[in-house]
Amino acid sequence: MKILVSLKRVADPDNANKVKIPPSGDRIDTTGLEWKPNPFDEYALEAALRLTENGQTPKVRAGEVVVVTFGAKEAETTLRAALATGADRAIRVDSTDDKLDGSTVALALKTLVEREKPDVVVMGKQAVDGDSNQVGQMLAEYLDWPMATFAATIKEEAGALLVGREVDGGVATLRVKLPAVVTVDLRIVAPTSVYSTKTAATFKYNDGVRFAALPAIMAAKKKPLVEVKLGERVSAESGALKITYSGFQAPPARKAGIKVKDVAELVQRLKTEAKVL
Amino acid sequence: MADILVVAEAAEGKLKKTTHSAVTFAQTAAKALGGSYSILVIGSGVGEAATEAASLGAAKVLVADDASLEHYLAESYAPTVADLGKSFAVVVGTASAFGKDLLPRVAARLGAGYASDISDVLTEGGKLTYKRPMFAGNAYGLCTIPTAVQVVSVRQSAFQPAEPGGSAAPVEKVSVSAAAGAAARVEFVSLDQVKNERPELAEARVVVSGGRALKERFKEVLDPLADSLNAAMGASRAACDAGYAASDLQVGQTGKVVAPQLYFAVGISGAIQHLAGMKGSKVIVAINKDAEAPIFQVADYGLVADLFTAVPELVKGIQATKS
Ligand SMILES: Cc1cc2nc3c(=O)[nH]c(=O)nc-3n(C[C@H](O)[C@H](O)[C@H](O)COP(=O)(O)OP(=O)(O)OC[C@H]3O[C@@H](n4cnc5c(N)ncnc54)[C@H](O)[C@@H]3O)c2cc1C
Ligand SMILES: Nc1ncnc2c1ncn2[C@@H]1O[C@H](COP(=O)(O)O)[C@@H](O)[C@H]1O
Repeated sequence: MKILVSLKRVADPDNANKVKIPPSGDRIDTTGLEWKPNPFDEYALEAALRLTENGQTPKVRAGEVVVVTFGAKEAETTLRAALATGADRAIRVDSTDDKLDGSTVALALKTLVEREKPDVVVMGKQAVDGDSNQVGQMLAEYLDWPMATFAATIKEEAGALLVGREVDGGVATLRVKLPAVVTVDLRIVAPTSVYSTKTAATFKYNDGVRFAALPAIMAAKKKPLVEVKLGERVSAESGALKITYSGFQAPPARKAGIKVKDVAELVQRLKTEAKVL
Repeated sequence: MADILVVAEAAEGKLKKTTHSAVTFAQTAAKALGGSYSILVIGSGVGEAATEAASLGAAKVLVADDASLEHYLAESYAPTVADLGKSFAVVVGTASAFGKDLLPRVAARLGAGYASDISDVLTEGGKLTYKRPMFAGNAYGLCTIPTAVQVVSVRQSAFQPAEPGGSAAPVEKVSVSAAAGAAARVEFVSLDQVKNERPELAEARVVVSGGRALKERFKEVLDPLADSLNAAMGASRAACDAGYAASDLQVGQTGKVVAPQLYFAVGISGAIQHLAGMKGSKVIVAINKDAEAPIFQVADYGLVADLFTAVPELVKGIQATKS
């Protein structure tokens, strides 16, 4: 199976140096934030690796995993890290966030899919910077492919994937014939979430994503990483944005509360002060 | 084009409460654009849902009722929604699992831009500007959509549900658009619903959430507290990942977003991804044995204590105030 995984490099909001909005409100100031791969895309990569191996011998890839990012030169760190964890090839589509929105990324991915012809595109359900949750769904529609979003489990079948999706109130299970788009949720990296046709049903993965060993990091430097210009071999039609940001605001701060000394005081305050009991 | 199309969400033939929040958005947006709003009820056997929708003040209720739509699949719903949506200025739904799955697909079909999970709409100058949380709720972006049709999903907790009332809107049957290509390659297999006798997380007046600290005693410790307040149950990611609580109870950036009158965070540290899902609550109570836990920075009332003794005491205290 050939799998394309999209990976976005994001300024991690989970950081002691908080996101700041300058007084002008014209941008989000991410200085001091740590740049890392979008966690959901790391999970997608892990799922793709599991789908292309038998679990027992994780170094033997049955098929190919190609990773792609849209971003500036710095985003290559993310791609190299993905190569070190097991991806075979990487593509960086040269661009910057201000020229991208969900639709342009999806349109460009479509042209890439048409060239690369993967059996499945696996990606995060959302990028944790913009929290947009749309590229996968749009890509599936642009390609006229079936999709399974918010995947918590994937089981490979002949020519199809059986996917358990996290939905309101439980789990919806779908069967998508390949080629298809899958977007993954947090629990896709649990020990028994993903099985390829080659993985024994009793096999259990370690919880979470795998880490690259030092030799793999060295070896990854030799794996192919190509740069493509957006608009050349990969294009997003006119490139016109379909959503434009005019300003940013900081969220209202919550005023600090108090510590109560015991349960009795808590109950009393909830009743007479907050009046919520 | 100044009209709004609300995509209703139905389950087991009934209208889901998520719909009412999208209707509230539609009321504001239609007024700003000088148009009206219609509600699309789509599914199989959705007559009752359509009747309910007709009480929500719309100009029209459109009903796409067809056996082929029995089980929700974005691939089979999107063509109908997009075909009808073409003649509206805005297509809106709620950012539930249903809306988040369907609406971006509809937007792509329409060549439209999509603003997800918006928390407010500004209407200055008869133009719609959307406010949406980003970076786990640490920033709001103000955005506009320049395409002919705009597609939007609203955050349920940020839009008060529209109240039924007034005269019933006319209900009009619409035809279902043929779904080809993708729809033929996806098959609904099953929907395993977690039994839940409690109020819906997104709609409850009180939410009791537990974290990793609860361990296997999650239900044993928190059920009595939730029972005493008729509360919905919530959980942190760590509690869901460990299987102490069902996955769909996860509150946070990438789970449910809630804004109840009263929120209890029990044995939850207060990671920003969790805060993103509950910071909008009116009153927040935190119980944690670590006085430095970040959850205390957003809590109105913090109790530094061992939850395994504090929670049972709290239940007794609440029951005492009631009798
Ligand atoms: C991409 C991504 C998305 C995420 N999305 C979400 C999300 O949507 N929602 C979410 O919640 N998290 C989310 N997280 C995870 C988040 O970062 C935290 O890891 C998680 O919220 C921690 O859960 P917790 O507070 O239950 O556990 P912990 O951080 O382990 O905290 C347990 C707390 O319990 C306290 N405690 C322990 N024993 C006791 C006791 N006996 N009595 C009282 N207190 C006790 C401890 O002091 C501690 O503060 C996400 C993370 C990532 C990377
Ligand atoms: N600039 C980008 N580069 C690579 N992948 C991206 C980019 N933007 C979005 N994606 C992919 O689309 C998914 C959903 O993102 P979003 O719809 O923006 O929340 C992410 O998890 C990524 O896999």
